[in-house]
Amino acid sequence: MSEFTYPILFGILIGTLLRIIMLRTDYRQYPTYLHGKTIHISLGFIAAALGSLIIPALLSKDYTAVTILTVAATQFREVRNMERNTLNEVDEFELVSRGKTYIEGIAISFESRNYLVMITSFIATFVYILTNLIIAIIAAIICYILAKILMSGSVLKEVVDIEYKDLHFDGAGLYVDNIYVMNIGLPERQEEIMKYGMGFVLTPKNMNTITTISNLGQRQAILHDVSIALGVFRDSGTPALTPIIKRDLDDGRLGVFLLPQVRDVDKAIEIIGKVPVLENAIRMPSNSKAHNKEVPANDD
Amino acid sequence: MMIEKAILAIITLDPSKVSGGAPIFICKTKDELENVAANIEAITDGIVHGLSDELYIVVKH
Repeated sequence: MSEFTYPILFGILIGTLLRIIMLRTDYRQYPTYLHGKTIHISLGFIAAALGSLIIPALLSKDYTAVTILTVAATQFREVRNMERNTLNEVDEFELVSRGKTYIEGIAISFESRNYLVMITSFIATFVYILTNLIIAIIAAIICYILAKILMSGSVLKEVVDIEYKDLHFDGAGLYVDNIYVMNIGLPERQEEIMKYGMGFVLTPKNMNTITTISNLGQRQAILHDVSIALGVFRDSGTPALTPIIKRDLDDGRLGVFLLPQVRDVDKAIEIIGKVPVLENAIRMPSNSKAHNKEVPANDD
Repeated sequence: MMIEKAILAIITLDPSKVSGGAPIFICKTKDELENVAANIEAITDGIVHGLSDELYIVVKH
């Protein structure tokens, strides 16, 4: 056994453990079962192995070995494609689809988790070789905490106020508060909607949020998450019963029309609040230079 | 160009208000109107939209 055997094994172990910890089946219901998990744990293992090998390779003056990292990058980009393809295929058969923006967000996070594993393994091995096992464990824990912070995005309740509002019909038009949602002609359908439907209004807290929540992918993500958590009162072939979100053009508020199976207002508010703000939907107009530039006063 | 929405049928009590390319169903009573509309909705997987009390259209979205 070479002097690097234990550091490498340690790095691989830490990396794989980190991947397992990050792989939790949460309300997104993905990945659910053993097969999906096996794929990601195996890939995490490969990432950990790659991360652990860099320092020993450099120390044995085997500099070209570092080129293997390019293979790693290609490999993990493939992870993103794989996730995207699978989720896209499955999405067609969801009663309330996830939407492309949400899928892209999930795919990106799966790719980046592998890089986090690689960096953690790299640091763990490096510290082990430089010092000893105890300090290496501490370094790995610090990496885990950093990874945790890096991977946690914001959720909807941090950027909007959520209120329950009654649905009402004005003629054939369905409204949430004063936001027009859709036209339902049949009185029978209208009764169903009044019976099973729920309305919520999301009021953005600032200028940036108005643009973020107006994103169609972000809206679809809200509908999907709520439908997964509370069930949905619809079936194929009943397009009139479709949960939908419309925007108030005046002030950017969103009118959310839901058809949950479990009609619990507090639960619904909590679930809407926990919908992640999608990376691809975030807009920061207030950070733009042109937006903040003061308009020169007209002196003449 | 793909047409995303199309009017599949028009159901009305007042034939003088409608004409054109979509199939038109003329009904005698409000009950019949709603029945026919509900049936066409179910058959075509469309949505019945109300333009007025006596004029419904079925739209495929």
